[in-house]
Amino acid sequence: MTEPAPDAARPYVRYIDKTRAYYLSQGYEKPYAWANNASAPFTPLSKPLSASTVTLISTSEIAIKGDPRFDDDPETRAKGNVYDVPSATPAAMLYSRTQSYDRYATTLDDPNAYFPLDRLHEAVARGRLGKIAGNCLGVYNAYSQRKTVERDAPEVLGQCRAMGVDVAILVPV
Amino acid sequence: MSTGRDITALVRPPRSYFVNAPMGNNFGAAGDVATQSRILRAVLALAVEARDPGLILDDVLQWPAPFAFNPAPATPEAIAKQLRK
Repeated sequence: MTEPAPDAARPYVRYIDKTRAYYLSQGYEKPYAWANNASAPFTPLSKPLSASTVTLISTSEIAIKGDPRFDDDPETRAKGNVYDVPSATPAAMLYSRTQSYDRYATTLDDPNAYFPLDRLHEAVARGRLGKIAGNCLGVYNAYSQRKTVERDAPEVLGQCRAMGVDVAILVPV
Repeated sequence: MSTGRDITALVRPPRSYFVNAPMGNNFGAAGDVATQSRILRAVLALAVEARDPGLILDDVLQWPAPFAFNPAPATPEAIAKQLRK
């Protein structure tokens, strides 16, 4: 077997194959059906970044320390699957509750590694970006394509339009 | 933003930026401000420059150590959270 050159690009992880193999090994006969879209929607950005409003949309279960919305209370959670995180929130107040990350190779200790709010504020301060929308958005993983398409995506789109968002950066975790 | 290139290729978002990093560190490692800033700049540039629907642009990041996705059985806490959704 030939060793790759030291500077060769590391092959990327085949998550679909590995997940399918894992569930088969656990006795599930029907493999998970990944979303498979035949085409991609596309809208060109109509203004320069320096005049654009940007937001983050995250599935990292990003939460705010001390905010009762993020208590593990089913009644609180029932308020919605899409929730807002004010963009003025100091990054030091943010944390993630998700367990769906590579816990062997990394950590979620630094929100800016998956929810780069500080880096966005710095881009605005340098004049690279117009502004950050009043809210960033969190979306809880529903593991249902129907719920994502019919419930969560329209809610996210509506909130982005209401905030005048030009660029939405979707960050799955 | 993508750390799962195979999944992104199926889902086909309008434009995607792939970083070959472990799930959870899309913008680089914790505390690596320079890489976080560099990747964010590249993502924003893609928003301006992309012309082809479904484009996936690959970042140059080389994660310092090998990593692999090893699904582990969900914890009781994770299962309880899913049941409440």
